[in-house]
Amino acid sequence: MKPLAVESIGLLAPGLSGWAASREVLIGARAHAAEPLPVAIATLLPANERRRTTVTIKLALQVAQEAMAEAAGDARTVSAVFASSGGDSEILDKICTALTQPDRPVSPTHFHQSVHNTPAGYWSIATSCRQPSLSLSAYDHSFATGLSEAAALAWAEAAQVLLVAYDLPLPFPLAERRHIVAPFAVALLLNPVSTERRQALIRLRRLPAGPVDRLDDPGLERLRADNPAARGLPLLCAIARRAAGLVMLPAGEDAALQVEVER
Amino acid sequence: MGSPWRSGEAKTRYGADRIGVFVGTSTSGIGATEHAYRQRDPLTGKLPASFDYRHTHNVFSVADFTRQWLGLTGVALAISTACSSSAKAFASAWRHMRAGFCDAAVVGGVDSLCLTTLYGFNALGLASSRPCRPWDIERDGLTVGEAAGFVLLEWAKPEDQRVLLLGYGESSDAHHMTAAHPEGAGAALAMQQALARAAVAPEQVDYINLHGTATPLNDAAEDRAVLRVFGPATPCSSTKGWTGHTLGAAGITEAIFVALCLEHGLIPGILNTHQRDPALGAGVVLENQERPLRLALSNSFGFGGTNCSLLFGRSSA
Repeated sequence: MKPLAVESIGLLAPGLSGWAASREVLIGARAHAAEPLPVAIATLLPANERRRTTVTIKLALQVAQEAMAEAAGDARTVSAVFASSGGDSEILDKICTALTQPDRPVSPTHFHQSVHNTPAGYWSIATSCRQPSLSLSAYDHSFATGLSEAAALAWAEAAQVLLVAYDLPLPFPLAERRHIVAPFAVALLLNPVSTERRQALIRLRRLPAGPVDRLDDPGLERLRADNPAARGLPLLCAIARRAAGLVMLPAGEDAALQVEVER
Repeated sequence: MGSPWRSGEAKTRYGADRIGVFVGTSTSGIGATEHAYRQRDPLTGKLPASFDYRHTHNVFSVADFTRQWLGLTGVALAISTACSSSAKAFASAWRHMRAGFCDAAVVGGVDSLCLTTLYGFNALGLASSRPCRPWDIERDGLTVGEAAGFVLLEWAKPEDQRVLLLGYGESSDAHHMTAAHPEGAGAALAMQQALARAAVAPEQVDYINLHGTATPLNDAAEDRAVLRVFGPATPCSSTKGWTGHTLGAAGITEAIFVALCLEHGLIPGILNTHQRDPALGAGVVLENQERPLRLALSNSFGFGGTNCSLLFGRSSA
């Protein structure tokens, strides 16, 4: 299968404050410490839009912004895939709560922010980007599924594709039915054409379900196991090590995604 | 593009792991969560024990159910881009097949009525109090509908006498979360790309199934986009007068309508639209017309400025 270059990466989670700052933890030189999540500001959004946006939107846009800044490319030429298991559950909780009240006062802002493609919409507005974007969910397998979609899109359009995977803890009472402990967001800028600047070359292969990679660092492994977007952490660790390797990611009830990584 | 009952036979032919599942939905089963929130424990605030988030509300549940029901083990995803969801499911399936992640695809869309969309569209002032009237001078909003539809997408063979997906185009408006770009810039881009991918000239297209939600601004923006790409002569109509706006299922519903129109030679009129808005110039057809069709386009646009156009044709075999 044709390779893809990973041009740049954005990363934000407790104890992982940006791609460059996280490298020591990802290569195992320093233990992961579950520091509180750095505040995602998403300065790309105009102030009047930023005021109305949620933590979910800001988290997704922050990593997208970091990856694009690292690549120093033109975001207007880049297509996007946004992968999230559950989207913005804070907004869904507010709407479902409003629907229990007299006259069902659903906020128009909450309603338009309730769609799964809200971060994609804000991203295209903030970057004036008219390229296609796709927003998807595959529950616990959203990261690997998003990576396949991003790769297929990059090859089909012969264009760079930004994959953004993000998931956040759900608010009570939904939290009791969907257990996500810590927020996690990652963005990978993929290029069907390899460049000098690349972080890695990757080749994808869908395989029947088998053992998937786990992480030695207990803090990172907890993040990985608890958040669908963090299921991509073994790939990030492999890229950070700047060495060749094979990574197995969970890609479905019956499937795994093998990612061959080379420098 | 075949019929869903072929999927059992297709499973034997391709293998369960080589057929992908691509399902578009806007709200999935959020109705189950709405219902559970009305039954919260008054003391603890907890949801009732019967509530199953994963298999109802979660966006993936529609694709997960489809995958399990059909016994397929290939790639499966739910595409959720508001009202373009199940149109974009075709584009995603095509790409996955081209990339070799699967050899065939079950492509579908599902959205059911829920209070979130009913009250949400009312809060935005986008819902009509009457059945919707696309392109009518008195149009005043959309009617929320519900639908589900599925097709089997396979690579065409020369001997096939079926409807073919010839091209797709996708774009983003980069304009506003809920309002379409006033000039329909993103919509025009999606239509142009669908034509370009199929190497088809605008004048070759025999019919356009419009997104046509019947909100004053959406129809005006789409009208400008259609005029820019096709001019005023290409026959077009919105079937949302018949179905209402089926949101995330609109793409699949209207793709199937277009397939049937191609097979049977029909340009459907617009139900409930009586007086065409003279400010709009696209060639809308108000009454059914029977005539052979070879190429037809279907438009689907959604919140967040997400646009998708699909070009279908009759195979010449």
